[in-house]
Amino acid sequence: MPDKLKNNEPFIEDPTIQTTKLGRRAFVGQVLVGVIIIFLWEFLTRIGWLDSYYWSSPSTIVRTGWKAITQGTLLQDLAYTSGSTILGFVLGTAAGYILGLSFWWSELYSRIFEPYMIAFNAIPKLALAPVLVIMFGIGFDSKVILAFLMTIIVAAIAAYSGVQSVDRDLEKMLVSLGAKRRHVFMKVVVPTTIPWIVSILKINISLALAGTIVGEFISSRQGIGRMILYAGQVLDIDLVWVGVVVLSLLSIVMYLGTVWLEHALMKGRTPKS
Amino acid sequence: MSELEIAGCSKYYKKNGVPMCALADTDLRVENGRFVSIIGPSGCGKSTLFNIIAGLIKPSSGRILLDGKDITQESGHVGYMLQKDLLLPWRSILDNVIIGLEIRGIPKKEARKRALPMLKNYGLGGFEYDHPDALSGGMRQRAGLIRTLLYDKDVILLDEPFGALDAQTRMQMQNWLLEIWKDFKKTILFVTHDIDEAIYLSDEIHVFTHRPGKIKATIEVDLPRPRSEKTLMNDRFLTLKKELLLMLREERVSSD
Repeated sequence: MPDKLKNNEPFIEDPTIQTTKLGRRAFVGQVLVGVIIIFLWEFLTRIGWLDSYYWSSPSTIVRTGWKAITQGTLLQDLAYTSGSTILGFVLGTAAGYILGLSFWWSELYSRIFEPYMIAFNAIPKLALAPVLVIMFGIGFDSKVILAFLMTIIVAAIAAYSGVQSVDRDLEKMLVSLGAKRRHVFMKVVVPTTIPWIVSILKINISLALAGTIVGEFISSRQGIGRMILYAGQVLDIDLVWVGVVVLSLLSIVMYLGTVWLEHALMKGRTPKS
Repeated sequence: MSELEIAGCSKYYKKNGVPMCALADTDLRVENGRFVSIIGPSGCGKSTLFNIIAGLIKPSSGRILLDGKDITQESGHVGYMLQKDLLLPWRSILDNVIIGLEIRGIPKKEARKRALPMLKNYGLGGFEYDHPDALSGGMRQRAGLIRTLLYDKDVILLDEPFGALDAQTRMQMQNWLLEIWKDFKKTILFVTHDIDEAIYLSDEIHVFTHRPGKIKATIEVDLPRPRSEKTLMNDRFLTLKKELLLMLREERVSSD
């Protein structure tokens, strides 16, 4: 390709240009697809191909949502739902992580409790929701506890898998440098398990949200879940859609939150090859 | 000033209920400041012996003495480096080499200050803040050895540290190691199965037998120092090499 070279300049390949170009074009495409879906939804309900009674429409959802914010309690409900979800997620994931890490300290202890951990994982926690509401009331606590139960075992299992993946030779090397058990724990075990716990953050935040919503469905005075249930009972399908859209937005925001958390936790590490 | 003595150490394992001897009664004395190598076929218990010296496993019999003090089953008295570099992938090279100091309770800042000139002087300048996976195998072994040196024990055990490197890098690393040994005046016990490497580096070579491992012969390497690539062509070098080759071939034949 000598004809392509201007002024005898050598051709220097720069892959970053192509990557940024691809990224930009993908972004435009992503936005475009979203816009088309919303437009089609609106258009098809207007011309009557989709029944707007069931499907509502983007414009109606925005209008109903605005009304729910200004005249209703949508914002309080949102705060209630996101509050119990995040609290349950943080407590459940942290407790599960600590539980999983604790298995490193004693082989006997981990052998005794491992089957119980797996058994507890097998219980459909959501099926326990009615009991939990009776035990902890219809308030905030029962939702947090549901979100907590949904997340704790997933985190514990991930942390335990991380513990089992610890390189024995690294342990040996540290011991030869005079390390005690606590040094090995802090300098090898905890850093080894961080990617394992990070990998389940996204799963856990959606599990926590599911727990909270089910808790609100069972019995609650507040929350998006309660709003959806109420709207369904009075056949206000537009309001059901508002609830669903708000939950989706909440879910996206929390997803971005976990992405940020991942970055924070993985800082100073090179990407694993 | 350190003298390491291995007094009648052995190690037996049970395998399918039958006791197996990994290391037969071994006596070995490593004098202060010497570079001593152990050479032998694979599976001859060299690593078992090292694990016993480093206090990581319990010998079936015998004791390890450092300057006359019994250090059997106590870790942390000698520097120990394995064939794998065992750098922590989430730490920079600088933070990897200071880990021994950290364990000893020296603040990170102070430890880093001590480590920086070492990295610079011994071929890792410019890589201080890189992560291990950005470095070549030879560079990673350098970092591993500097970590052991910073731990600052008089006796250092090196278990086939250059076993995984290509021939050219290996030669470079051997010279690098000799330079370090000269500068720090450490006592080194070195395991290898490479005859050239053993002769080139050592003052004294112990030949191990095949399972069960025990010392079969000891050879004094009376080649002048400093050594260089020219040493490899020295007549005396070739004589020693021939001698060792014969001994190791005997071992291979008897093990078949």
